[in-house]
Amino acid sequence: MKSTLFNMVAVLFTITLIASAGVGAVNMITQEPIAEAKALATKQAVSNVVPEFESNEVSEQTIDDMPIKVYTALKGDQIVGYAVESMTKNGFGGAIRMMVGFLPDGEIYNVNVLEQAETPGLGTKMCDEENPLLSSIKNKNANELRFSVKKDGGELDALTAATISSRAYYNAVARAHQAFLVASGAKAVADGVSGATGETDNQGEDAQKGGENE
Amino acid sequence: MANNFIVAPSPHMHSVESTRSLMRDVLIALIPALVVSTVVYGFDVLKVTAIAVASCVFIEYLIQKYLIGGPSTIGNLSAVITGVLLAFNLPANIPWWIIVVGALVAIGVGKMTFGGLGRNPFNPALVGRVFLLIAYPVQMTSFPQPTTSKFVDTFSGATPLAAVKAGGDVASVDLLSMFGGVMSGSLGEIAAAALLVGGLYMLWRKVITWHIPVAVLGTMALFAFVVALFEGGNPALLYELPAFHLLAGGAMLGAIFMATDYVSSPMNPKGMLIYGIGIGAITMIIRLWGAYPEGMSFAILIMNAVTPLINKYVKPRRFGVISK
Amino acid sequence: MLRKEAKMNKLQIVLSGIIKNNPTFVLVLGMCPTLGTTTSAINGMGMGVATMAVLIMSNLVISLIKNLIPDKVRIPAFIVVIASFVTIIQMLMQAYVPSLYASLGVFIPLIVVNCIILGRAEAFASKNGAIDSILDGIGIGLGFTLSLTIIGAVREVLGSGAIFGYQLGISEYMPLVFVLAPGAFLVLGYVMVLFNKFAKK
Repeated sequence: MKSTLFNMVAVLFTITLIASAGVGAVNMITQEPIAEAKALATKQAVSNVVPEFESNEVSEQTIDDMPIKVYTALKGDQIVGYAVESMTKNGFGGAIRMMVGFLPDGEIYNVNVLEQAETPGLGTKMCDEENPLLSSIKNKNANELRFSVKKDGGELDALTAATISSRAYYNAVARAHQAFLVASGAKAVADGVSGATGETDNQGEDAQKGGENE
Repeated sequence: MANNFIVAPSPHMHSVESTRSLMRDVLIALIPALVVSTVVYGFDVLKVTAIAVASCVFIEYLIQKYLIGGPSTIGNLSAVITGVLLAFNLPANIPWWIIVVGALVAIGVGKMTFGGLGRNPFNPALVGRVFLLIAYPVQMTSFPQPTTSKFVDTFSGATPLAAVKAGGDVASVDLLSMFGGVMSGSLGEIAAAALLVGGLYMLWRKVITWHIPVAVLGTMALFAFVVALFEGGNPALLYELPAFHLLAGGAMLGAIFMATDYVSSPMNPKGMLIYGIGIGAITMIIRLWGAYPEGMSFAILIMNAVTPLINKYVKPRRFGVISK
Repeated sequence: MLRKEAKMNKLQIVLSGIIKNNPTFVLVLGMCPTLGTTTSAINGMGMGVATMAVLIMSNLVISLIKNLIPDKVRIPAFIVVIASFVTIIQMLMQAYVPSLYASLGVFIPLIVVNCIILGRAEAFASKNGAIDSILDGIGIGLGFTLSLTIIGAVREVLGSGAIFGYQLGISEYMPLVFVLAPGAFLVLGYVMVLFNKFAKK
């Protein structure tokens, strides 16, 4: 076909019109399955880190300019745990996202790394089942922990040859704990128990310091 | 018969030096460092070196015989040097099979893939080392603590560079013991004094010229000095930081033995200086701001890649040709 | 090369894409996904199949509308067609194979700029009929899938001691470098050498 201005405009317009119609149609078909797949993935991630539950509520917080999601897991009316989707930007290969599960009293139930770009074989060990990072905080009460590695004067283990990744890991866990305190504190206030707010501020400073150390 | 009349362009000068004699001098120059290392780390050092040399020579022999064909090249000792240098870049407690993998990569990938000695653009031993560093990061970065007695078990410890990278203080490092070789590190890089002795021997035998080592170490010292200036504060840092960076890690080993590899370094003095300055600067940039505590091997490989370009631009003017 | 292709019979069109005009090892096209996605055999294969799907569809559509497109705007027109199919594939994968989608990640949108697809549109589909174009898409797509699967399998075995996710029990001895970027270049180089020595005769 000849390349006149009218031809070119008309053909390109028609092609884009048809193409966008096609993409739109597929979008409508796949919208629901995509949402379902995402919801399923989230539910699985939550159920990995908290005890068995029936339903969950979602709330969002922003800590250090990072969005943190808190899933409150409920069994009937009883809170069985909090799953906090936390993140840090201090990883060796960029951001690390993880799901940290707390029991209502602050005990760390489990941690599941969702997304990371650490060095394979070194930093990626943080995703393993029984890695030193997880085992040094698992089943311990987060309210009594200082989230820093032995090298920085703390008491937590680090991964061999991956100190930066280990620091980032604890940095994210500390941020999750902060969000947990806010979330559980809000519940506590509603239940007529207070006192968690002061602690929250301290934790905020700690996490900040952790960030500067990187 | 045909070989009796070789027709070749000038120069027709002949010297008694052969590849073999040059390589033998390099090997002699490496002996002091090997001795110091054996004293510091015990007999593991000799074991690692022997495995590395044997596998390098054997692999070169196999590849030459079955893949490339032609006369065997192991007689020129270059595979032996690659083996020793590879061993010098490994921790003394490394498992034997990692050494064999390193030798396979150094000789197979770094050297024979390109056609053997003289055609390899990169220093084969460093290709092997960097491969191992990325392939087995845990084993390659767990160094034994120095021990002067082979009856004492060695524990894994951080190298001075890694310690400083992780936030340690340069002032707390004992520079004198680093000079003598009592520090954590790859088995050949720890003995700065012994490496210097080897370097002086090679200078005396005219195996190398001063340009590359001086350019590398000078750039590093100057770089560290400027950084110390900007840090301010402690005036002692002005000489401690340069001294620390010259003694730590692979600075001496790299500058004297690795960067001066004939095949992969530039051919004339001006090119050598550019090459050396590049290595020094890149090493310091990686050490100070990079992800790895040590950058010597990466710096040398990067400048190896630039060598053809340097050779092209600093070509000496041909006699009788008027410069433009 | 093109004129030769035009005279080939149907089977030859498919076969040439796999061996003689293998997009990875012979034409050396689409290096970004080749190096980026082949960390395991299954990832390489997934990327190959996704690319093949886009390639077949875009080849078909472009060969059908080739006479309607003014010459001067053919490239933007091709790209719109290709981009639409990539978006569709992306949404389908996200909906029905989310795990594969998660591991291929950013490389799916990059199919748009894969030079194989625009290259085949420009070099083959815009000059041949619909059936031949589909066959060319299948051939080149199979060639690409095959190459990526081979590279992925080699990297998986060497780097993590597994094949198609099945652990061989040697993972702690395998050099990690092969699942990282430098290993991708090494494996691509050596596999390319072997392919050209043995297969391309």
